[in-house]
Amino acid sequence: MKSIQAIREFSRRDQVFDFLVQAQPPSLDLSHNIILYLEGLNKSFDGFKAINDLNLYIETGELRCIIGPNGAGKSTMMDMITGKTQPDSGQAWFGQKLNLLKMDEPEIAEAGIGRKFQKPTVFENLSVVQNLELAMAQDKRVWPLLTARLSGEQSALIDEVLEIIGLQELARGSAGKLSHGQKQWLEIGMLLMQKPALLLVDEPVAGMTHQEMERTAELLTSLAGKHSVIVVEHDMDFVRSIANKVTVLHQGSVLAEGTMTEVQNDPRVIEVYLGE
Amino acid sequence: MTMMSIMKNDRPGLWLLAALLLASVMVPLLNLVVPQDSVFHLSTYTVTLLGKYLTYALLALAADLVWGYLGILSLGHGAFFALGGYAMGMYLMRQIGERGVYGDPVLPDFMVFLNWHELPWFWHGFDQFWFTALMIILVPGALAYVFGYLAFRSRVTGVYLSIITQAMTYALMLAFFRNEMGFGGNNGLTDFKDILGFDLRADSTRIGLFLASSIALAIAYVVSRYIVSSRLGLACVAIRDAESRSRFIGYRVENIKLWVFVFSAVIAGVAGALYVPQVGIINPGEFSPLNSIELIIWVAIGGRNTLYGAILGALLVNYAKTYFTAALPEIWLYALGALFVLVTLYLPRGIIGLRNLRGAKA
Amino acid sequence: MSESLMPVTVKKLLFAFICIFFFSGYAVTGFASDIELNEAWKTLSTKNYNKKAHAIEVISQQNPPQTYPAFKAMLEGQLYFSRSGRQLFLMQESDDNYTFTPLFDIDGQPVTRENKRGFKKVRINNRLRTLIRKSLAIIQLQNKDADIRLAALDELLKNPQPESAELVRPIMEKEQDARVLAAMHTLLAIMKLDSDDEREQAEAIATLSESLNTSSINALSNYHAPNKQLDKKVKAAIKKINDKRELYAKAETVFFGLSLGSVLALSAIGLAITFGVMGIINMAHGELMMIGAYTTYVVQLLMPNHIGLSIVVAIPAAFIVSGLVGIAIERSVIRHLYGRPLETLLATFGVSLILQQAVRSIFSPLNRSVETPQWMSGAWHINEVLALTWNRFYIIIFCLIVFVALIMVMKKTALGLQVRAVSQNRKMARAMGVRSEWVDALTFGLGSGIAGLAGVALSLLTNVGPNLGQAYIIDSFMVVVFGGVGNLWGTLVAGMSLGVINKVLEPWAGAVLAKIIVLIFIILFIQKRPKGLFPQRGRAAED
Repeated sequence: MKSIQAIREFSRRDQVFDFLVQAQPPSLDLSHNIILYLEGLNKSFDGFKAINDLNLYIETGELRCIIGPNGAGKSTMMDMITGKTQPDSGQAWFGQKLNLLKMDEPEIAEAGIGRKFQKPTVFENLSVVQNLELAMAQDKRVWPLLTARLSGEQSALIDEVLEIIGLQELARGSAGKLSHGQKQWLEIGMLLMQKPALLLVDEPVAGMTHQEMERTAELLTSLAGKHSVIVVEHDMDFVRSIANKVTVLHQGSVLAEGTMTEVQNDPRVIEVYLGE
Repeated sequence: MTMMSIMKNDRPGLWLLAALLLASVMVPLLNLVVPQDSVFHLSTYTVTLLGKYLTYALLALAADLVWGYLGILSLGHGAFFALGGYAMGMYLMRQIGERGVYGDPVLPDFMVFLNWHELPWFWHGFDQFWFTALMIILVPGALAYVFGYLAFRSRVTGVYLSIITQAMTYALMLAFFRNEMGFGGNNGLTDFKDILGFDLRADSTRIGLFLASSIALAIAYVVSRYIVSSRLGLACVAIRDAESRSRFIGYRVENIKLWVFVFSAVIAGVAGALYVPQVGIINPGEFSPLNSIELIIWVAIGGRNTLYGAILGALLVNYAKTYFTAALPEIWLYALGALFVLVTLYLPRGIIGLRNLRGAKA
Repeated sequence: MSESLMPVTVKKLLFAFICIFFFSGYAVTGFASDIELNEAWKTLSTKNYNKKAHAIEVISQQNPPQTYPAFKAMLEGQLYFSRSGRQLFLMQESDDNYTFTPLFDIDGQPVTRENKRGFKKVRINNRLRTLIRKSLAIIQLQNKDADIRLAALDELLKNPQPESAELVRPIMEKEQDARVLAAMHTLLAIMKLDSDDEREQAEAIATLSESLNTSSINALSNYHAPNKQLDKKVKAAIKKINDKRELYAKAETVFFGLSLGSVLALSAIGLAITFGVMGIINMAHGELMMIGAYTTYVVQLLMPNHIGLSIVVAIPAAFIVSGLVGIAIERSVIRHLYGRPLETLLATFGVSLILQQAVRSIFSPLNRSVETPQWMSGAWHINEVLALTWNRFYIIIFCLIVFVALIMVMKKTALGLQVRAVSQNRKMARAMGVRSEWVDALTFGLGSGIAGLAGVALSLLTNVGPNLGQAYIIDSFMVVVFGGVGNLWGTLVAGMSLGVINKVLEPWAGAVLAKIIVLIFIILFIQKRPKGLFPQRGRAAED
């Protein structure tokens, strides 16, 4: 009987097998004006609950800051959005149609999520220009890469980004010789080259001078609107200077959400940050 | 970028191609035209030796492509070399025909000796050169594809990858030692007579093989240079230095690794195929893990991540090996061992690195 | 007082009298039988088969020390007598000559001739042959060595005869050895199968079903059951025996597997430390094992009269020698290469070539062999099917001891604590005052020393040669990778299971193919679980 049922299930006409569905990923659908849905996410490492029933929604074009003490689950959350870590349970959708949990890192990147890491990782043995060239939105399959040449349009884009991140002078030098702050900028430049719909920016101003910080704040606010941006940062002054909406993470779930002033006056947040 | 403009920017590469061209002209002249009693006469033995070095250089080039540019330290590249060699060996075996010791028109001697009555299925087709040429490319390529597909998809990297590549060549060696495999077991394939109708013992054939090796090396070098200069090459370096970062900007790391690995394996297979008719034998010893590690030291000594460094290293070490094993056989293993230690300790960028260091200081 | 004196004297007298009587009687009978025996030996060189038969009976009843070799030789046609003196000789044939050794005069020189002229074979016929066999069996059944008694019984069981049952029955009561007794019961039960009484037959079947002997199976399969009930019983009994034999055969395979596994684990444990804890790919690990094996060889050369002791001495010696060589390698080469595992691989490979060549220069490239001490040879016969060889048994024990000792060192000592600290966070450990350089050297020395111990074990299993290490290095890496790097338990489990898998595959695939299958299995396994059987867990292990 079971086998008959299995066959019946197998031959249902209203269903299509996974492997028959066209491999083409559905494009990003922002019809409900929400670009990222994280719902009921859970993740534990050896019994330690890094993420605990996390719910987070990011609107299209929004600039959202996420703060929280160490171990609040910020990096793990980023890892789950970009496909590095699989949650134990929960949902993560990019727009209406893209299920992030079924995609791997390159697919997610291609779909339009860019990430800047906490520790700047640029390709140190390549030049600044080559770093940008690699990050550029393009056909990243093997054969097209082999035959690719830099078009005029692409060179123009690279020059534009070089100007934004202020590394024109160092463009031909190797990325490994850049200072810490310059590497941060290069990473942001690489993000821009990717033209992502959603940017995840992890501690963008660590190791920057005050001046550089201001420029970064300027840049990130200018990006919002065209792109959606999530910034994770420890530096409260910096967060205050850019954010209109702040989310506080604590022990793997959202503790508070609102404007910086609202959040700062929230007694629970004060307790978490200052202790009793 | 066109092929021309790439090569124009590669000064050492141009020198290399010039040297190969010079050798391709001079070696035949010195061997065939200059009379035997002249000081300048090049013996056929030397020609064959040079041809053998060139096939080793080709193998080193293949290893550098994956090690220098992708960070895959393959300790199993000897396996691809040996597979290419076996494919060629099978063709040469079939060419012997009735001239074998047992005079069987179809079966190679060792099969008659083992009392086999039929040619195993995988020996069919090897009487045709075009089929053999196809197999020289397909067999190493297919093994690299299957192995790489499994390994890269599962993100096996670094030391683990090195160890399982070593296990792969070790398993193949054990397999080829078995008589039942149908590749001549312990003794391998030997006693070849001719290739494409040319007598293998003739000087002119030897010259032909030398030229073929030289041309193959030149072509492989130019194609490899093209690959590493392309955006794919940049992506390879990116993957080598920061694999997971490359994933986050959208590169299918496993695909890129896979195809470069397969290409490298094919070059190694071709090298093996050119090697066998020159040395006249292929046996399971070629699969030995030792060989694969030794070829890594050629690359390391020459200087990895340069392509020409690998070629230089292969030529130098093998010349030294020939010299030492004849003059001071006891010393050779000490010398080779010391080379491994000293190069990794003091010359991480190889001989080429020495030159660059001086250039940087000046 | 006086009353008690009298009876004592009488008793003494009586005792003396009995003694005289007894000894004189013994002397007389002894003398008479000597003559009879001599006569009997002489009779063997005559032609009359009836007389010879009688002589054989006489000899076997008295059973002088020469009986066994003489009878054996007679069966094989190697008992000769000289035409001149009618003396008996044992003949041995070699390539182009014959050697005749006198049977009686032990000091008499053997004579070597090119032909057999002057000697004549003691001829026997079939009747005599049977008789001799039976006599031999009796003699052997009375041997002091239980193994010889058992062998004799096995011989009888191969072709069970009613007479052999008669031989066995009288000596059964005295038999102490359980295995011999079981074989005797089996023999009697086989005989009982032919009995007319069905109840006896059923009893016999029950007895046989407990035995493991192939002759029991043969006897049971040849037995025609008179009724269905018995037939069922017979079939059940055959199945039971076969099942048990299979079970023991499996147990034996597992034992072989475990012994191979402990060799693998032993050779891998040291690697697990250097590779797993320190992140060094030590390709010279196999050569450190080789050094351990050569140390055993040298120790044995130094104390040729104490083979058994030499192995015990070799264990600490090998540990120290290999450990010191390891520390030298660490100080001279590896310490420059921390954090660059692929480079350590190449450099230590160079070291391995140098060590190999050094051994070739010092000891010659030829293989040497280490003598197995008395207490390690032979086997432990658990029953007819299952026999565990002692040397393999000791190696399993040795592996476990080394393993437990290592776990103790890592868990309970200051060195272990520091090693773990350095392996988890070198900078932090240094900040806490751990002298990391010193810890590195000692850890590497420890791993190398254990390689030396593995070498001692290996030297008892195979020949000692310069290539000894090479043969094991790939296997060792497989074990470590399979078990999960940085996990000593994983290494032990992986070694044991790979050993067992190998031995289980061997019967139907052959040794080489089994090995290939295992290698492919591991290659595929790594794809599925790149971190091995027991991966290190936690966020730290993610990168």
